[in-house]
Amino acid sequence: MLEVSGLTVEYAATGTTGGKNPVRAVDDVSFHVDAGEFVGIVGESGCGKSTLLFAVAQLLSPPAAITAGSVEFRGQDLVALSGRRLNAIRWQNLSVVMQSAMNALNPVMSVGAQFADALRAHGMTSRKAVAERSAEVLRLVGIDPVHLKSYPFQLSGGMRQRAMIAMALLFTPDLVIMDEPTSALDVVAQRSLMTQIKELQREIGFAVIFVTHDMSLVSHYSDRLLVMYAGQLAEAGPTRRIFDNPLHPYSRGLLEAFPSIKGPKVPLQGIPGAPPDLSIIPNGCRFHPAAHPNCRSARPPSRRCSTSKA
Amino acid sequence: MRFVLRRAGFFLLTLWAAVTLNFFLPRMMPGNPAIAMMGKFRGKVGAQELQTLEQIFGADSHQSLPAQYAHYLGDIFTGNFGTSLFYFPSPVIDVVRGAIPWTLGLVGVTVILAFVLGTGIGIISAWRRGGLIDSLAPPLLVIASAIPYFWVGMMFILIFGLKLQWLPWSGGMNLTDSPAWTPSFIGDVVEHALLPGLALLITTIGTWTLTMRNNMVTTLADDYVRMARAKGLRPHRIMLNYAARNAILPNLTGFAMSLGFVVSGAILIEYVFNYPGVGYMLLQAVENEDYPLMQALFLLITVAVLVAILLADIATAIFDPRTRTSR
Amino acid sequence: MTGRFWRALARSPKATAGAILLAAFIVLALFPGLFARDNPTAEAYARNLGPSAAHLFGTTGLGQDIFAQAVYGTRQVLEIAFGAGLASTVIAALIGVAAAYLGGFWDGALNLFTDVVLVIPLFPLLIVIAAYVHNSGTGVLIAVLTFTGWSYTARQLRSQALSLRNRDFLAAARVRGERGAYIIVVEILPTMASLLIAAFLINALYDVLFASSLQFIGLGDPNSVAWGTMLYWAQNNEALQTGYYLQAIVPGAAIALLGAAFALLNYAFDEVSNPALRPVRVRRTIRWRIGRLAL
Repeated sequence: MLEVSGLTVEYAATGTTGGKNPVRAVDDVSFHVDAGEFVGIVGESGCGKSTLLFAVAQLLSPPAAITAGSVEFRGQDLVALSGRRLNAIRWQNLSVVMQSAMNALNPVMSVGAQFADALRAHGMTSRKAVAERSAEVLRLVGIDPVHLKSYPFQLSGGMRQRAMIAMALLFTPDLVIMDEPTSALDVVAQRSLMTQIKELQREIGFAVIFVTHDMSLVSHYSDRLLVMYAGQLAEAGPTRRIFDNPLHPYSRGLLEAFPSIKGPKVPLQGIPGAPPDLSIIPNGCRFHPAAHPNCRSARPPSRRCSTSKA
Repeated sequence: MRFVLRRAGFFLLTLWAAVTLNFFLPRMMPGNPAIAMMGKFRGKVGAQELQTLEQIFGADSHQSLPAQYAHYLGDIFTGNFGTSLFYFPSPVIDVVRGAIPWTLGLVGVTVILAFVLGTGIGIISAWRRGGLIDSLAPPLLVIASAIPYFWVGMMFILIFGLKLQWLPWSGGMNLTDSPAWTPSFIGDVVEHALLPGLALLITTIGTWTLTMRNNMVTTLADDYVRMARAKGLRPHRIMLNYAARNAILPNLTGFAMSLGFVVSGAILIEYVFNYPGVGYMLLQAVENEDYPLMQALFLLITVAVLVAILLADIATAIFDPRTRTSR
Repeated sequence: MTGRFWRALARSPKATAGAILLAAFIVLALFPGLFARDNPTAEAYARNLGPSAAHLFGTTGLGQDIFAQAVYGTRQVLEIAFGAGLASTVIAALIGVAAAYLGGFWDGALNLFTDVVLVIPLFPLLIVIAAYVHNSGTGVLIAVLTFTGWSYTARQLRSQALSLRNRDFLAAARVRGERGAYIIVVEILPTMASLLIAAFLINALYDVLFASSLQFIGLGDPNSVAWGTMLYWAQNNEALQTGYYLQAIVPGAAIALLGAAFALLNYAFDEVSNPALRPVRVRRTIRWRIGRLAL
């Protein structure tokens, strides 16, 4: 349903702040999402996962821009689409949930008004229909529809986040992209939100791309996992396979950093060094300052191992 | 509701502060201005007015200070500001009343225009970052805000009044006419108001445009604007309902601050153009040492500013639901 | 305020333009004799002359050389700008930061006081005070401007100080046992340096404008050598109506230029401190990684 090929996103260089080269935040990333799948994208801060997400949803703002690649969604290349046609697809087939609902919801408009905005932008004009549909989605996530009149600051953090998810489901889209929706919540709320998302997915059947830095959280729910590092895809494959047998040294390093609760005590292995400065891209594998010497000069080609790549 | 009450309370407190300031200022002046006043005005004004002067300067030793203060407050409440020294024997109230409509017209219209235009340009300038308006407007406005108001007025007089002779540049109306609601009179008034109005507009519009633009730019980087794009809303709806509505909020409070500058601009512009409004009257009063008139005008201006601020606060409460719950 | 901040500032064209202008005026103020041959107050020349080689901008209605007046007048204006600007910024800093730091009752009281002073219209108050005082010289102008000008800045500084109040480095200072005053002066104020400088620039700008305006309407010392006073005399002599334009244009332009210098510097400061306002965005920096356990 979604096929991303060779997507590259660059932040233009600025003169006043000293950077001379454009920063390539996302470098030649390709992956696909099938209908109803739950795909997790993990990586550390600054690896480009949020940028990737916004690029797929065509929500980048200057100075970031897509410089190469395509995003095929239900047969259409979103990168090439014009504003009006893109708007028609937005929200109806593809919706977005962001990290902090406090920032993602307009503070001066009531929740209901924001729902109505989206509904009316896509042709629903009858006030009754708007009210009904808004109440319906709120009930789906377990919020009393009376809160349609509330303002975002009047709701609790968890409620706000669920309201955002409800808003994303207004048109029962095919794909919902979520950018760290649980990061602003405490662990208990996180868990309940994730369970709810999974349930909704089962009921309604939409696909989810879930971006997070919390690998352990997402791995419980995802079908497939994408690991990003320094703007590139380090590894991709079914969640279980990656946990059982990580192929890329970075994924291996990540997994080895989590101690097991049961089992013998093992000294933990960290990953030395730091991610590269993305405005000065090293030759060869990006991981090379930290990894094996034989990757230093040339990037090892992606290898396919059964259903996954590394 | 509590919010409005709090603001009203603040309004009263500040009013009291201004009134008290007015009371104490003449008494704090070095030397003994009262005596100089007596000398200057004796024989020209009646005994009643002399007594008023004494009261203003506290030279009236018949009453103790608290008693004088109470007396003063009482006078203010009843609207008794005494008699004007320069426009003797007209009571101050009447003189002031004559000047108000001129200022209200000139400043009122100009301020509204400046706010609307300035905010509009600010919004558009931020929306199209890097566009033509955005590259031209901010630097121009920065420089414009540094030019003294009266100088702009003088340049206008020079260019449009004297050189090009397009518009009259002195007074509020043709002195030979008498006021009447005829089209020709109204046209005359408008003509006389154009140059001062334009000068005032130019000098006040700069701040609003700049702050609005800067606020918009910051707001546009916020997540909910991106969210609005994700929802597929039309651009102008995003610009107005999501971005501008949030960006304008700090501007409304800033509006209150900038009123001070509007007032000073108005005073100077009226002076330069001999426009018979409150500001001009204030400066005339200063020049003529007509203290009762001066005090009354000062209070009037303060009250006007306070009322405007109160209105801005109410507007903020209407537009920003977060302020409605008291903090 | 890191080195990067200053480098970015140096690269900004607005800051450079403003700084050059300001520097030029400072030089003029410090060494007026180098640039103007004539004595600004000597009514030695023929009146109302137009520009010529002998008198670059002509002469005034009293026979004084306009160019000399403009040059020598720089000193007074800069004295006022820096004097009142610094004074009001300092007072604002003390009151604003103290209010934020002390909190509770003192915060409320100082805040209320600031708000009340803030709201009373500035210029009419200036006029009234100057009217009572008569013939305000430089010192009086500075005092009056300071007295009325600190409130807006105090508010701004208080907000910033509030947001800093709970930061860790301050908690560390408290735990070390430092006294309140020490913390305010040594820890808080330097962190607020950029806001302080921006506030000073704005205050300086408005002091220039207000002082000139007061002089223009005749409340300054009519015998002083100052741009505002020049305009006062020009207005008195009906310079515009009688065609002696330079008498009005020159001092006004000087005020505008000095004002523009301050305004440009302030705008550049705003831009550099708030990256969102800059022409384009900033690049990334290297971050720490998750999963790394310290060695």
